[in-house]
Amino acid sequence: MDVLSAPSHALTIALAGNPNAGKTTLFNFLTGLKQKVANYPGVTVESRSGVWKAAAAAFTVIDLPGLYSLETTSIDESIARDVIEGKILHFARPDVIVAVVDATNLERNLYLVTQLFDFGVPVVVALTMIDVFERRKHEIDAVKMSRLLKVPVIAVNAADNRGAQELAEAVRSVAGARADHPMPQAPEDGDSENARIFARYSFISKVVQETVKHRDREAHRFSEKIDKVLTHRFFGLLILLLVLLVVFQTIFSWASLPMDLLESGFGFIGGEVRNLLPAGILSDLIVDGVVAGVGGILIFLPQILLLFLFISILEDTGYMARAAFMLDKLMSRVGLHGKAFLPLMSSFACAIPGIMATRTIENSRDRFATIMIAPLMSCSARLPVYTLMIGAFFAGQTVFGFISLGAVLMLAMYLLGISVAIVVAFLLKRTILKAEPAPFIMELPPYRMPNLRTILQNMLTRAWLFVKRAGTVILAISIVLWALMYFPREVSDPASQSQTVQVSEGQSSDLAPESQQLQNSYAGRLGHAIEPVIRPLGYDWKIGVALIASFAAREVLVSTLSIIYNVGKDENEESQTLIGAVREARNPDGSIVWTPLTALSLMVFFVLAMQCMSTVAIVRRETNSWRWPIFMVGYMTVLAYIGAFITYQGGRLLGFE
Amino acid sequence: MAVNAIELNGMMAGDRRIMLSSLTPGTEAQVSSVQGSGPISRRLQEMGVVPGVSIRVVKTAPFGDPFEVRLLGYSLAMRRSEAELVEVIA
Repeated sequence: MDVLSAPSHALTIALAGNPNAGKTTLFNFLTGLKQKVANYPGVTVESRSGVWKAAAAAFTVIDLPGLYSLETTSIDESIARDVIEGKILHFARPDVIVAVVDATNLERNLYLVTQLFDFGVPVVVALTMIDVFERRKHEIDAVKMSRLLKVPVIAVNAADNRGAQELAEAVRSVAGARADHPMPQAPEDGDSENARIFARYSFISKVVQETVKHRDREAHRFSEKIDKVLTHRFFGLLILLLVLLVVFQTIFSWASLPMDLLESGFGFIGGEVRNLLPAGILSDLIVDGVVAGVGGILIFLPQILLLFLFISILEDTGYMARAAFMLDKLMSRVGLHGKAFLPLMSSFACAIPGIMATRTIENSRDRFATIMIAPLMSCSARLPVYTLMIGAFFAGQTVFGFISLGAVLMLAMYLLGISVAIVVAFLLKRTILKAEPAPFIMELPPYRMPNLRTILQNMLTRAWLFVKRAGTVILAISIVLWALMYFPREVSDPASQSQTVQVSEGQSSDLAPESQQLQNSYAGRLGHAIEPVIRPLGYDWKIGVALIASFAAREVLVSTLSIIYNVGKDENEESQTLIGAVREARNPDGSIVWTPLTALSLMVFFVLAMQCMSTVAIVRRETNSWRWPIFMVGYMTVLAYIGAFITYQGGRLLGFE
Repeated sequence: MAVNAIELNGMMAGDRRIMLSSLTPGTEAQVSSVQGSGPISRRLQEMGVVPGVSIRVVKTAPFGDPFEVRLLGYSLAMRRSEAELVEVIA
């Protein structure tokens, strides 16, 4: 908080502007790293504020969401109105509005400015993209524009540090002064909305005609030329496919090294803690609960960082808008908006950044529908489960003699998730999230070189949100799960092992101490309790325990199975011993526990079930209610059960085992 | 919306009024009116689709919808159903 507090007498500035007008770049340029990112109270609109230390004074700067207008009803727009009117808790009413105006797109950018005039707060216009503008040999008479608009007009450019000083002076000169803004009035026929909008554009048109010399307005066809290829009927789609392929490949391959490092790092920390602390409950809590639980989530950080790196680059260059443009028709068939494409794509890596990325969808029903199906995209946390099952039961087998059965099954799991997601979206959009299709009136911004600083800042902000989540909710859940598996503690030392209560089936004797403890724990009892329910899916109580544990995070299944089959906690999914243990596991009557059909049934369950506490927590935050995450867990668990049931029972009917 | 000065300026004898949605890529036209009073109509106008503005259809998305137009020096995408609110003089 301290670095963020400007002197109490400091002026407050609200930065307002169209999306893609260079507002974020200007905000970063003015405030440097002294900024605070949070949510506006009660909603999921991101609020950014920071301190701008200009030569003579410090200002508090509030970066409003990107806006085209202040009169429509989107949540961003009403938040912006509330900030300007000083109606938001902890935000001072701005003394000055700095209107960020893209010089290359004057008319539409000035439209928002004419609306800002209505609030009676002094306005300063900051012209951005002036370098691009001048490169196109256009000329702008800022002095004359300032006279016509009756507000200071300052050209700023972050790249060569231009205009910051002048902007600061202009802000100080207008602060406190009575705003005397031009108010474009609708002609005689008064106050129809259309007439009002028309009056504003007529006014703007006059201002632009008198102040700007466009040598050749259409000279700027660079983006159109790129689009000839990038949104081409055939090549456009092909390139989009390639882009996705590269993103996924990178996320899976590049991220694996830092992920392995983090994993062994947490393993090392766990080991050290165990060495330092006396053996006992505290050491177990820290190592098995805190370090293993939080570490298990934090190892996904590299993937999340990489994914956001790509998202930011695609967004900053202007490509993301084209992807939405190309895919809107397909997406709208199931009732989703073209913009839902990116969050869903991201969810193949991890649903958490995917759900966070749905913020770009303005219509809340479209957004919630997208959030609800995002976890059906097979995320990377399911991979360890798929890999274990395929490795144990389908390795080395082929289809048609040359295609690996494992690869086919893997692909089938991804396709199953996608197909179910399409059906669910279709149903949701026709029932509880029924709404008129949200308009697709979207700017296709010119292609631009991405701004490195904006990208890095964006990445770090997301990463920090994720880490904070891991440090709070995930930490709490990890401890609860650990406690479920740890208590009641009936085996206190090896000597008393023989007195262990024999639970069911008289099979305790073949379990090692740790497994025996697990069987007697609350989690173990839960496993027994749910066995009748999961029996039709082909699972025994041990798989039940692993299943319960994996509702915290999917990959926990692998480590829990390792504990149950006593192959040591450090085994990963490639461990021959775990694969061996799974293959060899026997029921009390001597029959084998795991058949290929059990494995398939479990894979299907994992495709469809909502087994990720972090996602539940994120959905709670993004929808601002418990209703949606509870609904999500509910419908997905039901689907998972039905899917696994059909797989197992159907398979048996067809004569498989 | 009432007929106004700018709208008439663009009109000449023999001009045909058609819907923006029926223009083929490459065609240039002038907006003559935006119908309706709902959020789509309002958003179109706020984005600069107002009477008197020149608009050029650039291209159609790979699956036939939406399509891209250029106006006021920038590119805007919209669905055909939305463009049906916009009447132009070609």
